Amino acid sequence: MSNDTILAAHGLVRHFNVGGGLLQNPTVVRAVDGIDLTIKRGETFAIVGESGCGKSTLARLLMRLLTPTRGEVVFDGRDISGVDGKALTDLRRDMQFIFQDPFSSLNPRLTVGKLVGEPLEVHAPDLTRAQRRDRVAGLLEQVGLKPEHADRYPHEFSGGQRQRIGIARALASGPKLIIGDEPVSALDVSVQAQVINLLSDLGRDLDLTLVIIAHDLAVIRHMSDRVAVMYLGQIVESGTADEVFESPRHPYTRALLDAIPEPRHSETPREQTVLGEMPSPSAPPPGCRFHTRCPFAQDNCRTDVPRLEDDADEHAVACHHWRAIAAAQAVPERTAKPRSSGSASRFALYRAAADGAPLTYKTAAATSPTPTKD
Amino acid sequence: MLSFILRRLLIAVPTIILISVFVFALQKLLPGDPVLAMAGEERDPEVLEFLREKYRLNDPIPVQYFTWITNAMRGDLGISLRTNQPVLELIGQKLPVTIQLAVMSMIFALVIGIPAGILSAVKKGTVTDYVANVVALSGLSIPNFWLGIMLILLVSVKWQLLPASGYVPLSEDFGKSITTMLMPAFVLGTALAATLMRHTRSAMLGVLKSDYVRTARAKGLTERRVVLKHAFRNALTPIVTLTALLFGELVAGAVLTEQIFTIPGFGKLVVDAVFNRDYAVVQGIVLITAIGFIFMNLIADVLYVLLNPRLRGQ
Repeated sequence: MSNDTILAAHGLVRHFNVGGGLLQNPTVVRAVDGIDLTIKRGETFAIVGESGCGKSTLARLLMRLLTPTRGEVVFDGRDISGVDGKALTDLRRDMQFIFQDPFSSLNPRLTVGKLVGEPLEVHAPDLTRAQRRDRVAGLLEQVGLKPEHADRYPHEFSGGQRQRIGIARALASGPKLIIGDEPVSALDVSVQAQVINLLSDLGRDLDLTLVIIAHDLAVIRHMSDRVAVMYLGQIVESGTADEVFESPRHPYTRALLDAIPEPRHSETPREQTVLGEMPSPSAPPPGCRFHTRCPFAQDNCRTDVPRLEDDADEHAVACHHWRAIAAAQAVPERTAKPRSSGSASRFALYRAAADGAPLTYKTAAATSPTPTKD
Repeated sequence: MLSFILRRLLIAVPTIILISVFVFALQKLLPGDPVLAMAGEERDPEVLEFLREKYRLNDPIPVQYFTWITNAMRGDLGISLRTNQPVLELIGQKLPVTIQLAVMSMIFALVIGIPAGILSAVKKGTVTDYVANVVALSGLSIPNFWLGIMLILLVSVKWQLLPASGYVPLSEDFGKSITTMLMPAFVLGTALAATLMRHTRSAMLGVLKSDYVRTARAKGLTERRVVLKHAFRNALTPIVTLTALLFGELVAGAVLTEQIFTIPGFGKLVVDAVFNRDYAVVQGIVLITAIGFIFMNLIADVLYVLLNPRLRGQ
């Protein structure tokens, strides 16, 4: 493994047994079914997919909050799938997480200072109480909150502020890698932009590697360097964000991009690019898993499993017919018109939040007398 | 906080008044004449009339109620029809006995029930969980009188480890008082421990699944700290309510256990008073018990606020 790989997954599989009883065999849900990934030091890597594709399970496997059924997760050159005790504590210092729901993921009985300071108690036990307080104050300022917020309880904050608390908590141990499982999907769109920008800036300033799990393509496009698209527990396409967004190869990726809502009513309805519902992960279809919904499916898609093929510029796709589909479809049109007006307006929102000097989160503590209401 | 307590106390006033009216009315509906019970074999109408006059039983019922309640507010709950002792004095004698029994049972219940509940929630689906549940169910199902008699047979009669019955006041001989009370407290405590264990388990199971417990794990905290500090603190609310209610019940309802171990407690006093139509005593006891319950609930409410920052300042 090269030295600039920080996190890698090899043949990662996680099955869940559901139901079953005395006389019944349990159903096996193949939430994650054979995933290979490499995440480079310092990059922002995004994993996209619709609900139920297994992306949260993948996140939990990478975080070592779940153990894999098969395969391994390698962090900094060490297999972490089975670590515990001291090694697990060390891992929790180097790898941290931001959770989806800022309301339920903070313990309501603890003050913000305690929530943010607790990782320090574990990972930097030598700090005195006063030093820890200073560090917590610094962390809160770093995420755009005020030091005196440390004495308040989570319920006194808005969603965006709570997510900032979550980020401060994640930063406390001084991690190298942060995994965000849908870090902004529970927030308002305007607040999403602020939190996303905060994350990208922190990633850059602190030299962090970020892994973002999301279903919102606008969020992903804005902040990630590389993207992997998941479908039914497997990766169907991966590559740089520009490649994947501007010349998608897998029919599923195309469908996802087409599904970004566009507020235009004059156009005739788009042709249907994905058919029906996602099959159950407990009984994935044979061959290519997407064939039941793919408008381009042919006979061999029903029997042969496509391999994830890498090309020279690391744009990988698992589809038998992607070249034919790309040739048949008007790809140039997409590159000429890369964004719908809907996503363009959201990008503009991010831009405005990012460029609109001075940045909200940096000035919140310095200039405004009251905490910024997110 | 102070205004919160005051407000709660104000709410308690109409509750107590309602209870007193209810108790008084119910008493009057009971069949049987207290005067007859008191007079025994003596059926001379003049004696009966004299007794009725003495205890003002000839007054209209509302007048009787007001006489009783105004006296009660002055701390005079009347005189026992049977023993001629003031009711307050009787209660004052018996209540400490029952409270000692209740406190010791509660300690048993808390020390056994809560750790068992936590353990069985943390080890859900394992042998530990099943064993804890079977033991808890047995604790709930075994009747107190049977367990009491068996214990007396084994511990007192056969092994002669602990006294079979009786009561020694705490002030007289601390050690002896505790050892005499050990068996009855254990008998009363087992069922409570089982109830507490089941409730702790379900509260912990709910909390252990929550997102903030996952967050705590992700911080790299030890499992022990995750369970005790993050999960248990949040599971405490239903446990506090339950403990307060159970304690109130213990004081009022240790009748059977007190009978088996012949402890001169509150429960025995209630039963004797009811059988003898000793109105004044029954009324006094119910009133004191009701006030006790209200007080325990007040303590539980105050504890909630202390435990849950979200309730502060409301």
